[in-house]
Amino acid sequence: MEPLPRWADMVLTPLISVLLAFAISALVILAIGENPWEALKVMVAGALGSSYGWGFTLYYATNFVFTGLAVSVAYHAGLFNIGGEGQAVLGGLGVALACLFIPWPHWSLALIGAGAAGALFGAAWALIPAILQARRGSHIVITTIMFNFIAAALLNHMLVNVLRPTGSMDPATRAFPPATHLPTLSQMAAGLGLDWGRHTPANVSLFVAVLACVLVWLLIWRTRLGYEIRAFGKSEPAALYAGISPTRITVLAMLISGGLAGLMAVNNVMGEAERLVLNAVEGAGFIGIAVALMGRNHPLGVALAALLFGFLYQGGGTLALFTQIPRELITVIQALVILFTGALDNMVRMPLARLFALHRKRGA
Amino acid sequence: MPDRGAAPPGAYAIELRGICKSFGAVRANHDIHMAVPRGTIHGIIGENGAGKSTLMSILYGFYRPDAGQVLIDGRAVAITGSQDAIRAGIGMVFQHFKLVPNFTVLENVILGAEDGPLLRPSLSRARAELRRLATEYGLQVDPDTPVQDLSVGHRQRVEILKALYRRANILILDEPTGVLTPPEADHLFRILRGLRDEGKTIILITHKLREIMEATDNVSVIRQGRVVATMPTQATTPEALAELMVGRKVLLNVDKRPATPGSPVLELRGLRMVDRDGVERLRGIDLTIRRGEILGLAGVSGNGQTQLLEILGGFPRNGARLSGEVLLNSQPLPLSGRGSDAGARRRAGIGHVPEDRQSEGLIMDFTAWENSVFGYHRQQRGALMDSAAIRRDTAARMERFDIRPRDALLPARSFSGGNQQKQVIAREIERNPDLLLIGQPTRGVDIGAIEFIHKRIVELRDAGKAILLVSVELDEIRALSDRIAVIFDGRIMGERDPATTTATDLGCLMAGMDPADVTGAAPLPPERKPAADRAEAAP
Repeated sequence: MEPLPRWADMVLTPLISVLLAFAISALVILAIGENPWEALKVMVAGALGSSYGWGFTLYYATNFVFTGLAVSVAYHAGLFNIGGEGQAVLGGLGVALACLFIPWPHWSLALIGAGAAGALFGAAWALIPAILQARRGSHIVITTIMFNFIAAALLNHMLVNVLRPTGSMDPATRAFPPATHLPTLSQMAAGLGLDWGRHTPANVSLFVAVLACVLVWLLIWRTRLGYEIRAFGKSEPAALYAGISPTRITVLAMLISGGLAGLMAVNNVMGEAERLVLNAVEGAGFIGIAVALMGRNHPLGVALAALLFGFLYQGGGTLALFTQIPRELITVIQALVILFTGALDNMVRMPLARLFALHRKRGA
Repeated sequence: MPDRGAAPPGAYAIELRGICKSFGAVRANHDIHMAVPRGTIHGIIGENGAGKSTLMSILYGFYRPDAGQVLIDGRAVAITGSQDAIRAGIGMVFQHFKLVPNFTVLENVILGAEDGPLLRPSLSRARAELRRLATEYGLQVDPDTPVQDLSVGHRQRVEILKALYRRANILILDEPTGVLTPPEADHLFRILRGLRDEGKTIILITHKLREIMEATDNVSVIRQGRVVATMPTQATTPEALAELMVGRKVLLNVDKRPATPGSPVLELRGLRMVDRDGVERLRGIDLTIRRGEILGLAGVSGNGQTQLLEILGGFPRNGARLSGEVLLNSQPLPLSGRGSDAGARRRAGIGHVPEDRQSEGLIMDFTAWENSVFGYHRQQRGALMDSAAIRRDTAARMERFDIRPRDALLPARSFSGGNQQKQVIAREIERNPDLLLIGQPTRGVDIGAIEFIHKRIVELRDAGKAILLVSVELDEIRALSDRIAVIFDGRIMGERDPATTTATDLGCLMAGMDPADVTGAAPLPPERKPAADRAEAAP
């Protein structure tokens, strides 16, 4: 069968998949005796209806952009990095150490320094599974999953035994010094004389995320390294034939991937919490897998998918607040989106391809 | 020999009436009419992608035709699956055998045709039946040998026995000689003639002209999904068939001046390779290739050619242990570690057209321009690729090599086999390498492109380059080479001058026999198997 036109592949299939997921979610909401249309209205109002809602939606989306990009860079090299969660945890540790122990003169320098530390820690955490895969053939899916648990345990140890201020009962670091506090979007808007998104966590990291999208696009589609990553991901025998070292690509792709996941910490740890707490990542590493799948591993797609999941996160919170629908339902909706965009991709693609073929035949 | 070309109406084993089958916009079969008289060998010949395999898949129930009728013994039948085909008396011998390697011959034969839940009665019935078939048709195979211990030729016999055991009256063989040595192929044809004389009907699908001429009674030529001619084989010639296949006259011989070999470019001294399973794939190869010379390496695939190309190209399989010496322009090439990867080999002046363009030579999802620098993408400086310049170069190259369609933005998979191969050949030739390694340059390539590719290879030779040509097509090796070396089981069996050698001579060497030892009658297939089969059969 002929492949779909590019635009249909990139836009139409994910869109239909999401609509299907929403349709099933509506049935679930009906089944628990609530009105799905009302639920949707509550979600939209909560997530997109006010600058307050947007402030949260964009904050969540920023997290998902980083982890989504992390998964897609590895994916281009044919590697399934399930370890975004653990790499983001380590990134948080790196950011926290940089913020706590280096006297930064200004937030902008702190952002660069702490961001570098977060990326470095995340990359280092991805390096071990990468080397195990490249040198020993240990499957990266297995090792990165296991490294998530090790990361959680390591963070637990660091917070309880090393970084916890004496006398505190809370397994968290002390608050970061004020010089490291990132400006929120609402502060930046206020600087322009606008009243936008007061008391929301969205911060300057959003622009870092946008920059990361552009850089990843450049890396994958414009650089020699990106070319090698894609070639290796498509066909390992061909990569060998072309003199591309599998070890080198596996290690580099995972370093970049882990670095992106680690960079997420500038948003949640530095930008929002301003200290390191136990459950800082909140599953964003796993959402990144869904975001990458849905975004077709393209930075633009990742950004859009991250927005959708940001909407689901924020809208889901509002849903639990204002209706009888339990918060867990949002997990159901997310799961359905993942199921339809990831696992059941061909269910949408095949009929679409047939439709297009039919259309072409008529046109011819 | 009786005239088997004409048969009274109603005596057809198979009759196809107006078969049509499309895949999307592609018409694989279009209004196919064909009648195969009972008790004949009917050849179907056509280029790759002409629609032969689609037609046979319809006969065997893998595809349903969009329109048309299939008549078996004069009765219209609807074949919706292989079970229907077997019931109608059709047996199929596939190009890639469908045998369980660790089952014995007997177990393979009854697989899927057991009489009941207990195996013993089926096995003893099958044993008796095999004995009868063996004496009747000359299909001797030891029923208790596991299939993995059989030579390729014998495995094929098991496939034929499977069909006969299921009472097939019509046998379809799809490219049956692709994996056989010439003596094995000869033996197969003798078996087929025996089956025909017992009243079986045989359909032989091939793209090799010689086999049609040798083995068939009638021949149908398929071109672009249509039957363009059906005639008695005796009434035609290979040249006429070739012309029908491609729709125009084709030069089967390569036009070239005698070679003027210069200084040695590549020298191999005692090259050995043991793979990760401990099997010795190359057992001490000594070869020299000079400037302005094409050395053809002939052999049945799986005798070490692939390994040799991979080593010279700089990507031996994981865990391979190498020894011996490789000199390029009198400089030793490292066999492992730094400077032994494919990039280093390219910088040293070795171009490589790999045997498998779809999994090695090209990235099928990459566009033509991306593929046009594949392997050479590190030869410019800077982190960014100059895609605009590469695209311009690709467009010009597509013009020079007549690559169609001329669209540098199309992914490789959208090009036909011949146009894919031209892209690989163009990329490797235009870098002007001192040594060009070419594996299967025209596998799955249509005749028009074959001619073009051959011409380019000869041009490169005339420009004073050394060329190592590996092909399983003996005709190609003979037409192109200035010198032929034959490889069997990791050893060079001998070198021959293509002007003076014969197919039989080369065939003996390819089968691992010294022609001097073989006298009189046509040689029987070797019982000794090349190393590749052993590994293939391993689970």
